[in-house]
Amino acid sequence: MPNSHPFPSSPLARYLLQIADDQLVMGHRNSEWTGLGPILEEDIAFSSVAQDQVGHALAFYEYLQAECGADDPDQTAFNRPENQMLCNGLVEQPIGDYAFSLVRHWCYDHAVRLRYESLSGIENKTLQSIAVKLQGEVKYHTFHADTWMKSLLQGSEESRLRMISAIKEVWPLALGMFESWVGEENLSTEMDPNGQAWYPGEAALRLQWQVQAFQSLQAWGVDVDQWALSKLEPVLGGRQGFHTEHLAPLLEEMTAVFRLDPQAEW
Amino acid sequence: MVTPTESASLQEPNLKGNIPDGLTPDLLRYWEVLDQVPDPEIPAISVVDLGIVTRVTVEDNGAVQVILTPTFAGCPALKWMEKTVREALLEAGAPEVEVQTTFENPWTSERISESGREKIRNFGLAPPPRRRPGCVGPDLEALAHAVCPRCGSENTSMKSPFGPTLCRSLHYCFDCLEAFEQFKPL
Repeated sequence: MPNSHPFPSSPLARYLLQIADDQLVMGHRNSEWTGLGPILEEDIAFSSVAQDQVGHALAFYEYLQAECGADDPDQTAFNRPENQMLCNGLVEQPIGDYAFSLVRHWCYDHAVRLRYESLSGIENKTLQSIAVKLQGEVKYHTFHADTWMKSLLQGSEESRLRMISAIKEVWPLALGMFESWVGEENLSTEMDPNGQAWYPGEAALRLQWQVQAFQSLQAWGVDVDQWALSKLEPVLGGRQGFHTEHLAPLLEEMTAVFRLDPQAEW
Repeated sequence: MVTPTESASLQEPNLKGNIPDGLTPDLLRYWEVLDQVPDPEIPAISVVDLGIVTRVTVEDNGAVQVILTPTFAGCPALKWMEKTVREALLEAGAPEVEVQTTFENPWTSERISESGREKIRNFGLAPPPRRRPGCVGPDLEALAHAVCPRCGSENTSMKSPFGPTLCRSLHYCFDCLEAFEQFKPL
C-alpha cells in the first residue's frame, strides 16, 4: 500500500510492531537454549517456543507490509537501527540460568496471551484471524510454563529458592512489558464490532496480568507480599527505542548473516 | 461466497478426504493432484488430508490460484509446501499457478480428514483428539490421555507438549512400555 507517512504510520501499526519485535527478540533468545537445555525435553521445548515466536513475528511483519506500508519482513526484522526497535527490556536479557529463562517465559507468554485475547476482539477480520490462530499456539506455551513453574516452586527447597530469586529478578523487567507508548490513547478508543474498546491500554493489561500472576504464585506457595513484588519499579524505555545494554550485541549477532548481503533472495 | 464452478473451498472434513463435493472436472483434477502432494514432515498424509489447502480457484484463462494456511505460524515446511504445490499443478498442466498463504481461514486440527487421521495412525503417530463441544482452542486436557497408536491403550502420560516438530507432542504408553508421539490438537 503506498504510504507517504514514515512507518509505523498509525497507532495500530506501532502496536503490532511492538508485539512483533518482542516476539522476534524473545524467539532469538529462547533459541539460545538449543543444545543447552537442562534435559532433552526442555531443550526441545524452548527451541519449539522460539520457532513459534519467530513465526508469530513474521505473521505480524507480513501484515505490516501488506496493510501498513512497512518494508518486507526481512528488512523490518533485520535492518532497523537499535533505536527503532520497539521491544521491551525483558526479552532482551541474556538467557541466564534455567530458572531465569523459565520465569521469563512464564511472565512473557501470559502477557502475550492477554494481548492476543484482546486483539481477537478487533473488527479487522485479518488481524482477528491471526490473533485467534496464534492464541491456540500460545496456549501450549503457557501450559508448558505453568507446569514447570508449579513443579519447581513446589519441588525441593533449592528449586523453590532459585525460582523465587529468579522471580524477583524478572519482575521489574516483566512490568516493563506494559510501558505506555505514543499513540496508546488513540488505540484504546478504537471499537470492536460491539462498540467496546478491544484494546484496554497498557495499565489495564498490566493489572490483569499481575492479578492472574499473583493468583498462580500464591497457589504455588509464593508469598507475593513478603517479596513486595507489587512495589517493584518497572524497567522502562524499550517502547521508546531506549534499550538495555543487551539488545545491541544481540542485534549484532542476529543480523550478521543478513548484513552480508541485505538484498539476497532466500 | 463460493461459486462451485470456479472455486472450491474446504468446508467440513468428510469421510472420503478433504476434496469438496460437486467440483467441475478441472477443479476435481487439481484437487486430486494436490491430494498426492505429501506433507514434508509426515509424508504419509497429503496437504489436502492435512486440511491446509483451503481454496482452489481456476480463472477464465486457466490460471490456478491456491490458498494454503499454515498448521503452525512458525512451520518451517511452509515455503517448501508452496513450492511443491506449485510444481505439482504446473506438471498437471496448469498454465499458471499462484500459491498464497493466509490466516483467513485459520487451521485447526479438526480440519484433518478422517482418512488423514487414519494415515497419521498408520504412520505411527496418534491423531489429534477431537475437540470436545464447547472447548475453545486446543483441548490440552485431552493431551494427558493420548491413545497409544500401537496398542490403543489410554493408559499413557504426556512427557512434553513439544516434540520433534511443532505439531507433535511426546507421550509414553504404560501398557506397551513405548514412547510415542501425538499430532497435537490445535
